[in-house]
Amino acid sequence: MREVAIVAFAQTRHTPHDTGLSEPELILPVINEVKERTGLDRFGFTCSGSCDYLAGAPFSFVSALDALAAWPPISESHVEMDGAWALYEAWVRLQHGDVDSALVYGFGKSSLGDLRTIMTLQLDPYYLAPLGLDQLSYAALQAAAVGADRKELDEIVRRSRADGRANPYALDLPDPEGEDFAVQPLKQTDVPPITDGAAAIVLAAGDLATELSDSPAYIRGIAHRIEPHYLGMRDLGRSASAADAARAAGVGKGPVEVAELHAQFPHEEIILREALELTGDTVINPSGGPLAANPVMATGLIRIGEAARRILDGHARRTVAHAAGGPCLQHNLVTVLEA
Amino acid sequence: MGNRCAVIGVGQTHYTTRRRDVSIAGLVREAALRALEDAGLTFKDIDAVVIGKAPDLFEGVMMPEAYLADALGAAGKPMMRVHTAGSVGGSTALVGASLVQGGVHDRVLVVAFEKQSESNATWALSTHLPFSSSLVVGAGGYFAPHIREYMRRSGAPGHIGTLVAVKDRLNALKNPYAHLKIPGIDQKMVESTPMLWEPIRYLETCPSSDGACAMVLSSESAVTGVPAWVHGTAMRSEPIFRAGRDMVTPQGGKDCAADVYRQAGIADPRRQIDVAETYVPFSWYEPMWLENLGFAAEGEGWKLTESGATALDGDIPWNASGGVLSSNPIGASGLIRFAEAALQVRGMAGEHQVDGARTALGHAYGGGAQFFAMWIVGREKP
Repeated sequence: MREVAIVAFAQTRHTPHDTGLSEPELILPVINEVKERTGLDRFGFTCSGSCDYLAGAPFSFVSALDALAAWPPISESHVEMDGAWALYEAWVRLQHGDVDSALVYGFGKSSLGDLRTIMTLQLDPYYLAPLGLDQLSYAALQAAAVGADRKELDEIVRRSRADGRANPYALDLPDPEGEDFAVQPLKQTDVPPITDGAAAIVLAAGDLATELSDSPAYIRGIAHRIEPHYLGMRDLGRSASAADAARAAGVGKGPVEVAELHAQFPHEEIILREALELTGDTVINPSGGPLAANPVMATGLIRIGEAARRILDGHARRTVAHAAGGPCLQHNLVTVLEA
Repeated sequence: MGNRCAVIGVGQTHYTTRRRDVSIAGLVREAALRALEDAGLTFKDIDAVVIGKAPDLFEGVMMPEAYLADALGAAGKPMMRVHTAGSVGGSTALVGASLVQGGVHDRVLVVAFEKQSESNATWALSTHLPFSSSLVVGAGGYFAPHIREYMRRSGAPGHIGTLVAVKDRLNALKNPYAHLKIPGIDQKMVESTPMLWEPIRYLETCPSSDGACAMVLSSESAVTGVPAWVHGTAMRSEPIFRAGRDMVTPQGGKDCAADVYRQAGIADPRRQIDVAETYVPFSWYEPMWLENLGFAAEGEGWKLTESGATALDGDIPWNASGGVLSSNPIGASGLIRFAEAALQVRGMAGEHQVDGARTALGHAYGGGAQFFAMWIVGREKP
């Protein structure tokens, strides 16, 4: 495959509430930041990820174009998925060989609605959604299937929040306290925070990568897999699709210094560590991960950006990023990045 | 443009107002199985699935690809969900083709659908973000002023729209999958229907349809059956609120056409393209797109329509299938254009086959006439 690298990453300072910014206003600064950092203001391809249901209106991505200065008209596409899949589509497009740069972004304001209820609308509308199974309930089903030690789960939340406090872009959440359950066995503190935010990444292929960055983060492998939708058809205690994607992306071909995992709940981290066969030597979610900032539709793209950032700033040589979609980790995308 | 890519299977459901007999999953699976059958393949021969549809509010299912993975045989495979407004069907084909052209996969199933009977598309399109108000109702309310401006600029006589409305519905009578079948349709009948959004009358607008369309795309080494070769693919988007943009003949459409023509070696689309399937949801968009896509000079598109050149027996048939005016499962409408273009060059369009079609254009647009997706397919390898 053609060598493609991440050469710039920017994200908003994510907020736990609506700050009054429209979606284009949210996106504009991060788009401008990656444009400034690369010196590019036109890209061979542009792709974004967002979800109409967060805004409660059709075509939430349409007005986002106004933040891009998309004139003359640009070659552009959009996925109704996390921005991580927009990055995947852009990576595929760069394989054609006729364009060398791509702008990717993802954004979401989950503060505007009731996210737990909205996520119910993602379920089979005939047999599952009418049951009223909300996001926390089905996550709790999976947590029960994992049956992890409570201390291990608490430690994941504590570590994530502490790392998040050290990350200027993530939320400031206190050490987890209290024993209140959201939905048993999920504790209130296991629930990712409602977050508004956006992120942008620039991809470059061929010689352009080294022209734009002293230490580009090369995409050595990227793959994704979906699995059956119905929770009853899956072993919820593990993630076959994440394991398949990790093998296809080549995670095991070398040591992994840092892994940024799209684990919204602590038990998901346990499932994903096993699926990606990560060892104790791998630092997990040093950014704080989704438990410290979860701007839905950008969270997965931010994992890729954070994993790339460790290479861009020279602190790591091989990192892994993971993004997820669908209920209970139904869909998983794994990216291997190398210096 | 990357590796060669071909369409080797096309599957469509019958388009109709309400498919009460199938779920959304049943609808998309029906189209997918027909495309696989056309290609002589099964789900296990497919490497990846790309699905597209217009806003999720149309059915009230958020990101339905999660739920549809099982019905489309996607479990254990990569699956993508595309959404680029009305052009999404076209974009879905292009994202699928890109996976083959980029050398990532050998066989990709692309599917697009809409089950409009699950809700009300006009109102799903009329919601607005809080604190903004709009008097625009539905897509017709948005596009009618653009059409009136086209008429003002070009001086086109008022009956041109009715000609397209009649021509496309006559074509639909020859297409077994078309939704609107109106035997005996003529100009008088169109003119007798109510004015919805001036100058668009009831029979000058597209129906609301349930339906799905699917294609199997293949790399050169994995071709089975009769291929339609992809000669060019292009997407363009422009911002809806740019002050200087021309909504009557958008720059994005012109640039997208220029890009796809360059790839396919087309200098004169009127002569080099044998048949075009274009996104004409309101009758007047035929003359408007004839100009935007370079088939006629600016201000002259309506004359081409009036001359009969775009009829099935004309020298450049447009929408031989009956087009969006005859079948409109919104999210699938673009993909149907791309699929019908492929059927024409494969010589498999049945009664609405354009004799000897070797090169065809598939076109889709969306948003405020700001998103464009196009491809050129041909009988011969590029």
